Parts: sequence; structure tokens; C-alpha cells
Amino acid sequence: MNSRIVVGPKPFDTQAEYNWLAGDDQDGAVVTFHGKVRHYNLGDDVSKLVLEHYPGMTEKALRDIIEQARQRWTLNRVTIIHRVGEMGAGEDIVMVGVSSTHRSNAFAAAEFMMDILKTQAPFWKRESTPNGDRWLDARDSDHQAVKRWTS
Amino acid sequence: MIKVLFFAQVRELTGCDMLQLEGTYNSVEQLRNELAQRGERWALALEAGKILAAVNQTMVPLTFPLKAGDEVALFPPVTGG
Repeated sequence: MNSRIVVGPKPFDTQAEYNWLAGDDQDGAVVTFHGKVRHYNLGDDVSKLVLEHYPGMTEKALRDIIEQARQRWTLNRVTIIHRVGEMGAGEDIVMVGVSSTHRSNAFAAAEFMMDILKTQAPFWKRESTPNGDRWLDARDSDHQAVKRWTS
Repeated sequence: MIKVLFFAQVRELTGCDMLQLEGTYNSVEQLRNELAQRGERWALALEAGKILAAVNQTMVPLTFPLKAGDEVALFPPVTGG
């Protein structure tokens, strides 16, 4: 299967990930999205982020997200990488990549997978700020983003 | 026997990451309700309407029925990505 899922603490190699996604010359399009740690959130400086997950279920949820995307669009290679543990401002947290014959499927599938991941994959963020550590709350805008795929 | 896992704020507030329970529970909601009676912090952590549940690593509504051997997880809304 042309799907790749990685959940772990290590930073990932963007070039190597791109090379794998782009390795089949039947594809005319590769779309990638990278989510990063912002240095500023809700009015405070953020020095680090800690990502907790549910080992086993997290990987299962990501496999399910890729499966849903493949049922909607014709895709070739698909990658979801999500880091867990501690990371600093500016570091990559997540990468979603899709290859396809034409760009429209790849763009749509990448956005769909990020929207679903944000509301359904078991990850939790805790950030450190000068005012102490805090767990992030789920955002209503993320739930709104999912609705456009289901309505 | 039912295994119950807790994550993020729910784990921190209850001070517990895993329980093995011998009792019989008809639904996730019944389990949640009984655990919430263990004390103030448990009640706060497991307040109805503020948590999500998974059974055997699939997200389910709180009305979902339980059977012996299930792995239940209780956690706050997810914030990855």
C-alpha cells in the first residue's frame, strides 16, 4: 500500500519525505502541508509544546483518515507524520503529503485529512508560557472546518 | 474486567492513567457517572458534555454499550495538528 504513517518524537526529514511522495512518475502533482509550533498563542509567548497521544488508537485513527481520503479521491502516495513529546517554537509538528495524477485531488485530500485529523485523531497539546503551562482547548473553527466535508 | 485509560487533562486531574475494573457497566455513560463520584477532581475531570470516549480504540458516543474485556478511554476534545 502506498500509505506511510509515522507517529513518534523524532523531527522528520522533509526532503526524504518529499522524495518518496514524488517518486512515481505517473503522478503530476505532489501537495504537502507542514504544521509548525507558533512562538505566540492567545497573547503569550510559547517556549515549548508537549504533544500527548494515545499509542495504538492514534495510528489507527490516522490509517482511517487516509482510508476516508482514498474513498473520496484517486490518490497515489499518502503520508501522515505527527510528532509527539516535547518540541520548541518553529519546529515541525505535523506533515501531510499526497501525490496524484492532477493537482485538484491532491490539494483537496491534503486539506481534508488535516481537517479530520484536527478533530478526530487522539493528540493533545500542552504549551509552556511565561504564565505557566496550559492545555490547549479545542477550537470551534476546527469543528466548522470539518462540517464542509460532511454537509 | 474493563480497562479504562485517561489522557491529557483527564489524566492530570484524576491523577490516574489506567484502571482495571471488575464491575459490569451497561454503557460508557454509566462508567463515567460512577467514576465521577470518586471525588471532586474526578467529577471535574469527567464532567458530562466535556469529554470524549473511545472503546477499543474507536471514538464512540457516551451511550455506547460495554462488555467484558473492552478497553475504554476517556479524554478531552483533541487538539493535534
